[in-house]
Amino acid sequence: MIQLLRIELYKIFRRPRTYISFGIITAIVLVIQLAMLSDGKSFLSFIMSGVNEQFDIQGNVLNGYLVTYIILQSLLIHIPLLVALVAGDALAGEANAGTLRLLLTKPISRAKLVLVKFTSSVIYTVLLIVWLAVVGLFGSLALFGQGDMINLKSDAFVMLLQHDVMWRYMAAFLFATLAMTTIASLSLLLSAFADNSIGPIISTMGIVVVITILSNLELPLFDKIKPYLFTTHMIGWKGFFDDPIPYGAIGFSALVMFLYTVGFLATTIFYFNKKDIKS
Amino acid sequence: MEPIIETRDLNKSFGSFRAVSNLSFTIGHGDVYGFLGQNGAGKSTTMRMLLGLIYPDSGSVFINGTEFNNSRRHLLSQIGAIIERPDMYGYLSGWDNLKIFAALSDKNIKAPRLHEVLEIVGLKGREKDKVKAYSQGMKQRLGIAIALVHKPQLLILDEPTNGLDPQGIAEMRELILSLSREHGKTILISSHLLHEIEQIATSMIIIHKGKKVVEGKVNSLLNPDDSLVEVVLKPTDDITTKLASSAYYDNIAAFQPDMVTFKMNPAHTPALNRWLVAEGLDVIEIRSKHSLEAYFLSLTNDSVIKN
Repeated sequence: MIQLLRIELYKIFRRPRTYISFGIITAIVLVIQLAMLSDGKSFLSFIMSGVNEQFDIQGNVLNGYLVTYIILQSLLIHIPLLVALVAGDALAGEANAGTLRLLLTKPISRAKLVLVKFTSSVIYTVLLIVWLAVVGLFGSLALFGQGDMINLKSDAFVMLLQHDVMWRYMAAFLFATLAMTTIASLSLLLSAFADNSIGPIISTMGIVVVITILSNLELPLFDKIKPYLFTTHMIGWKGFFDDPIPYGAIGFSALVMFLYTVGFLATTIFYFNKKDIKS
Repeated sequence: MEPIIETRDLNKSFGSFRAVSNLSFTIGHGDVYGFLGQNGAGKSTTMRMLLGLIYPDSGSVFINGTEFNNSRRHLLSQIGAIIERPDMYGYLSGWDNLKIFAALSDKNIKAPRLHEVLEIVGLKGREKDKVKAYSQGMKQRLGIAIALVHKPQLLILDEPTNGLDPQGIAEMRELILSLSREHGKTILISSHLLHEIEQIATSMIIIHKGKKVVEGKVNSLLNPDDSLVEVVLKPTDDITTKLASSAYYDNIAAFQPDMVTFKMNPAHTPALNRWLVAEGLDVIEIRSKHSLEAYFLSLTNDSVIKN
C-alpha cells in the first residue's frame, strides 16, 4: 500500500498540470492582496460605515488577519474546483489515458487502488491548503502587518485580539481540509463512474453549486434537509472566528462531512470493485 | 500437465448484446496461441475476462489449475499483458514507466532486470526519453517490456502489431518468436493480421459472434488443400459452360462473372493457369490467399463462400 501510494504521489507531482492549482491560488491571493493594498482603506470604511458610527476603532484594522479572512471567503468555490481537478481525474483520467487497464493487470486490489487514489487526493488537498496558508495568511501578514481582527457578520460585530487569532486560523485551515476532503471523495466517486475526467470535474462543481444554493435558500421547504447537506457545513470554519466559538455546531459540521466522506469512499470502493474495465 | 489457461463456459453480455457465449478453450504450456475473430467477435472481451478486467456473467477461468477469482493477485503476478494499445504515462520517461509497473508487480525488481528487458525489446538507449515522444512501435515495445519485466510464465498480447508499419510488424513477429523459443513463454496473441498469426502460432482458436468456431493445433487445422485461389478474368458469355465441364468445377468456392474463387492447394495454380489460357479465357490476375486467411474466411464470412 505504501509503495502504491509513493507511486501515485510520484505520478501526481511529476505531472506539470498539478502545479496549475498552486499557481491559480497564488494568482487569486495576490490579486486580492494588491487590491487591498490599493483600495483596502476605502473598502474597509465602506463595510464598516455602520460600525464606525457607534464605535471608535483604533489601530491597524486593515491587517493581515482581516485580509486573509476576505481571501478565504472569496475562495469558497475556487478551492473545491482545484481539488476536483485532481480527485476527479484520479480514476477517470487513468481510464481515459488507457493506463487503468494496464494498472489493473498488475497484482493490486481495486479497493487498495481506490484507497491510494483517495489518500493521494487528500495529500494534494492538504498541500493546497498549506499553500493557501502560506501565501494567504503569511503573505498577508507580511504585507499588511498584524493587529486585532474585526469579523463583521450580518448581525454581529466580533473583535478578536491579535494574540488570539493565529490558532483560530490554524483550526480553520484544518476544518477546511476536512471540507475539501469531502469534495475530494465526491469527485473520486464520480471519477469511478466515468471514463474521462471532464465529466467528474464538472459534475462535482455542479453538485457543489446546486447544493450550496439549496443550503442558502431561505425557503421553509428546504429547512429540514439543510442540516444534512454537506455544503451547509463547509463554511463551518467561520465558527472559529466567533466569540464564543460554537464548538457544538463545528463538531456537528465536522461529523456530517466525515460521514459524507466515508459514505462517498465506501460507495466508490463498492462500485469500482464491480466495474467492468472497458476503457 | 494441466493447461496454463482453461476457460469453462464463459458468458458475457453488455445490455442485450451477447459478447461471449459459452466459450471454453485450453492453452498448453509453451504454446503460442492465436486468438482469431472478426472485429466485435469477442476477443478483447475474453482477454479482459482472463485478466479480471471484465467480470464474466457466468463461467470460470483457471490459470495453472487455480480458479482466477480465488487467487487473483497471485495469478496476475504470473501474467504479463498488453490489452489493445499499450497506453502509458506520456509525461514520464520509458524508464520511469517501466520502473512504476515493475514496482507494482509484487516482486522485488532491481535496475539490472529493467536494463535486461529494455535490451530484449530493443529500447536500450531510448529509455530516458519521454514516452509521448515515442513512436507507436516503441510504445508497443515498451508495453512488451512492462509485460515481461516480472518474468511471467504467460503473456497475453491483444493486437500487439496494431499501428505498426511493415518493418515494425516483422520486428514484433521476431520478438514474439524469440520470447517463445528462447525465453519459454506461453503466449496468447490476437491479431487482425492472419498471415502474422500463421507464422508464429502453434495452436489457435477462431471465435465468431462470441462463440468458438474451431480450436486446435495450427498444423492439423490448416490443410493446404483448403486454400483459396482467386482468379480475376475478363468476363465472357461461355465462362460458366467452360467451368462446368472442367476438372476444376468441384473446386469452385465462389463465382462472379469477373472473378472465380477456387478452393485448392496453391501448388496447383500453374496448372489452373495453363488450363484457363488453353480455354481462351483472358486471365487478368491470379492470387492465392494464405491458408489461414482462407480458412478464417471459410468459417466466419458466409458471403464469400459458395457452400
